[in-house]
Amino acid sequence: MVMANPNDLVVGGRIINPGSSEQFNTGDWRSFVPVVDQDKCIDCMTCWIYCPDNSIVFRDNKMSGIKLTHCKGCGICSKVCPKKAITMKEE
Amino acid sequence: MTSLSLKDLTKMPVRLASGHRLCAGCAESIIAKQILMGTEDHVIVSGSTGCFEVSTTIFPYTSWNTPYIHTAFGNGAATCAGVETAYAALKRKGKISDTIKFVNFAGDGATYDIGLQALSGAMERGHKMMYVCLNNEAYMNTGIQRSSATGMGASTTTSWAGSMASGKKEFPKDLTAIMVAHNIPYVAQVSPHNWRDTVTKASKGFAADGPSFINAVSPCPRGWRFASEDTISMARLAVETCIWPLYEVVDGQYNLTAESARIADGKAEKKPVLEWIKAQGRFKHLLQDRWEPVVESIQDEVDKRWDKLIRLSKF
Amino acid sequence: MAMDIAINGDNAVALAWKQIDPDVCAAYPITPQTIIVEKFAEYVANGEVTTEFVCVESEHSALTLCTSSESAGARTFTATASQGLAYMWEMLPITAAMRTPLIMAVANRAVSGPININNDHGDAMSARDCGWLMLFAENVQQAYDISIMAPRIAEHHDIQLPCMVNLDGFILTHAIERMTMVDTADVKKFVGDFKPLYPLLDVKHPVSHGNMDGPDFYYPHKCQSAMAMQKAIDVCEEVFADFAKLTGREYHLLDEYRCDDADFVAVILGSSMGTMKATVDILRENGIKAGCLMPRVFRPWPEAAIAKALAGKKAVAVFDKHLSIGAYGPMFPEIVAACSELDKLPKMYNVIYGLGGADATVAGFKKMMEEVAAGGASKITYLGVKM
Repeated sequence: MVMANPNDLVVGGRIINPGSSEQFNTGDWRSFVPVVDQDKCIDCMTCWIYCPDNSIVFRDNKMSGIKLTHCKGCGICSKVCPKKAITMKEE
Repeated sequence: MTSLSLKDLTKMPVRLASGHRLCAGCAESIIAKQILMGTEDHVIVSGSTGCFEVSTTIFPYTSWNTPYIHTAFGNGAATCAGVETAYAALKRKGKISDTIKFVNFAGDGATYDIGLQALSGAMERGHKMMYVCLNNEAYMNTGIQRSSATGMGASTTTSWAGSMASGKKEFPKDLTAIMVAHNIPYVAQVSPHNWRDTVTKASKGFAADGPSFINAVSPCPRGWRFASEDTISMARLAVETCIWPLYEVVDGQYNLTAESARIADGKAEKKPVLEWIKAQGRFKHLLQDRWEPVVESIQDEVDKRWDKLIRLSKF
Repeated sequence: MAMDIAINGDNAVALAWKQIDPDVCAAYPITPQTIIVEKFAEYVANGEVTTEFVCVESEHSALTLCTSSESAGARTFTATASQGLAYMWEMLPITAAMRTPLIMAVANRAVSGPININNDHGDAMSARDCGWLMLFAENVQQAYDISIMAPRIAEHHDIQLPCMVNLDGFILTHAIERMTMVDTADVKKFVGDFKPLYPLLDVKHPVSHGNMDGPDFYYPHKCQSAMAMQKAIDVCEEVFADFAKLTGREYHLLDEYRCDDADFVAVILGSSMGTMKATVDILRENGIKAGCLMPRVFRPWPEAAIAKALAGKKAVAVFDKHLSIGAYGPMFPEIVAACSELDKLPKMYNVIYGLGGADATVAGFKKMMEEVAAGGASKITYLGVKM
């Protein structure tokens, strides 16, 4: 185990980099990957509001895909999609 | 808030970042995200020890884009109250000008059990803060032990179903009613499947001139034994079976909301509790003939509590 | 204007805090501390302070609320004793590890059971491993003075540790003594404005406080606190020197009395130091070269100063007002450790005394020190109890 040097740490165990967990790729946990059929997608954003890991990417009110760095493959997006536009494929 | 749309919500700042280490399909981040969409003001978040706290702040990473504080397990309300008190002091002295809201997230163990005293104290004192219970109905962070929020008949690692036992023997404590008894301005129950209802209630809670309490059902794939993809449908089922009615109590006035209001008005079906039981592995032993009386008593209790809610919301 | 007044210890602490005028105070009543919060509540009611005063529902919430308030960026203080401190225990190491420099007066009282409201050091000593600065007062003047100095030490940017100001229950908290007040403007100037590090309320720079560590960070974070504690030795001396310039009252890491040429030294803490000074005078009249010393600062442990003060002594008697049942009083092993590198280790004795408010008298101390001087004392003595 490599121990941190106390002199290098912010006083009191504080973390001063907000949102820094984005550097931790929970996408490694995944065994099923969501695949989007853009032809079926109606950009309703239902998947976006229910995604536990902020993995649904919206640009200009259009669903532009799923960012896989943090997607744990839970399958919620696939289940809540009213158009069945997302399917889970084994990785 | 009637025009609340997902397109508007996408413009809200991302307060809880990805990379948190909640289990796949956990409802807690979904609920927190919806709650934090309830205000455009700055928010300072506190957390009671539990799944949500541990998984969002593992050093050297934090998932919080807002200021965040955790101290211990049974004192989330006091932790939040301390920040709010400092704010009140420094605001009065003109040392800060920002408008800031305060919210504590805690599990059911930290709320119904070990943190009840601190919660009651903070609500009684009238701190302008919101307390949100992420109610997954057991001590999930330590490995699925029963809490006073656990449903009757659930098999947990301290209330096993066995040859002599049908799982947890008691009905869950009605904590929401206890919070109503504090006569605080805003109390509500929410479910993450209905984001519109949740965000609306959160915005009312944040706007309240005093403490607010929101109890959120938080389906747990691991502890309840269901597939991670079913989290949202499980939350919906909790409401449809009246296991988890959606309502708010504004200055003492009860109002059923969303699906629960429709069930009360006869516009939607009240599903039998058996559907809830069949959907989760923690209840699977209840399907044995010998535990049929247990299923019946659960249905009776749910009906009794539901009838009482309807009575309360008529006045 | 500096003025002499007659005041009890609790009111003196409350007075110091009135003069400091903190942002937040959260507290819960417990004997013999209660007068502090009662008096402070009176200041609040009469608009004599600008503090947000919170009457919490327990000591656990008191320390929690103070910790998060201080983390938020507000200067905060509280007070407790005995069972209250015990009830706070879960939070004590958390407050310290989060490096929140709040101040807490502790009206030292025996810990149950059996339940007992009188003075000993069982409460503070049971909290000594938690990472708090711990200073002790011998009399009311010192309780007041230390209350004014504590924020300067705790809030120093190299320190950032919470501080307990200990005063003996009833003996100091309730007894009225003559004391010299510091002018309020001088107190405010001495203490200065609170300059918090990484306050939560700085919403433009979001910081996460109270995070979870694996062993690779937990242990280094603990070492970081230990390093700050070590540094606090120097900071205490700096602050003591500044206070002496302001008031003429001198404070040191150790309060030494007739130690220089002494052969036999009693080490003692709190109000009993006064009793021991009187004892030393009598022993000296009787031809026994005795002296006594009190660690003013108990955490950080002023080991080097202690070793220096005890070098060359024939015997040292460590008087502990608490007992680690099955071992010794808490100060004894630490005094032995402090002396372990001396060329010649003095003969070491441990004297347990005064538990639960049992008598601590000149007569008792004198007899004990005579036995020590004669070499006839046991390694551990339970003073006043026939066992």
